[in-house]
Amino acid sequence: MENIVFERIKQDIGSNDIVLYMKGTAVFPQCGFSAAVVQILSQLGVAFKDINVLEDAAIRQGIKDFTNWPTIPQLYIKGEFVGGCDIVREMYTSGELQDLLKEKGIAFKAAA
Amino acid sequence: MAMDAQTIANMIREGIPGANVKIEDLRGDGEHYSAHVISPAFKGLSRVQQHQLVYKSLQGKMGGELHALAIHTAPPKD
Repeated sequence: MENIVFERIKQDIGSNDIVLYMKGTAVFPQCGFSAAVVQILSQLGVAFKDINVLEDAAIRQGIKDFTNWPTIPQLYIKGEFVGGCDIVREMYTSGELQDLLKEKGIAFKAAA
Repeated sequence: MAMDAQTIANMIREGIPGANVKIEDLRGDGEHYSAHVISPAFKGLSRVQQHQLVYKSLQGKMGGELHALAIHTAPPKD
């Protein structure tokens, strides 16, 4: 059971540059923490795949086990776990998130 | 089931010896907290690893009894 879920996660984070596991969707986030990360990604103008854990109980638990991280949202860039809401916010403010995107070769909009 | 700030602080201090822990009840509702944790144990660790140490000290409460805990971690400044 766990293996099937882990395989799906590996496939999703492997085939998309940026994946956000979140509550709700990018258009309609259902949790303030998820919404905060969506907002940051939108400000950066990067495309990302949103995966709504509220629609899939197996993924909701599976992603927590896979990452060893107890909370949602979870941001993956190029298959690598970047962090939850607090870390993403800190990294965006400090410019580290932008550096990471640059390093990974993902185009983004610089802040005006 | 909510947790009180003192319990959260104690669990983090027990899990990360020498940690300087400050807990704030963000909305005064016993549900939404922030934790500022400074510890030499964080030296050389990535942010993700630092937060994982905090989560580990909370022994599975995070995401269950403890719904919202914003975490800020850092090693002490020299």
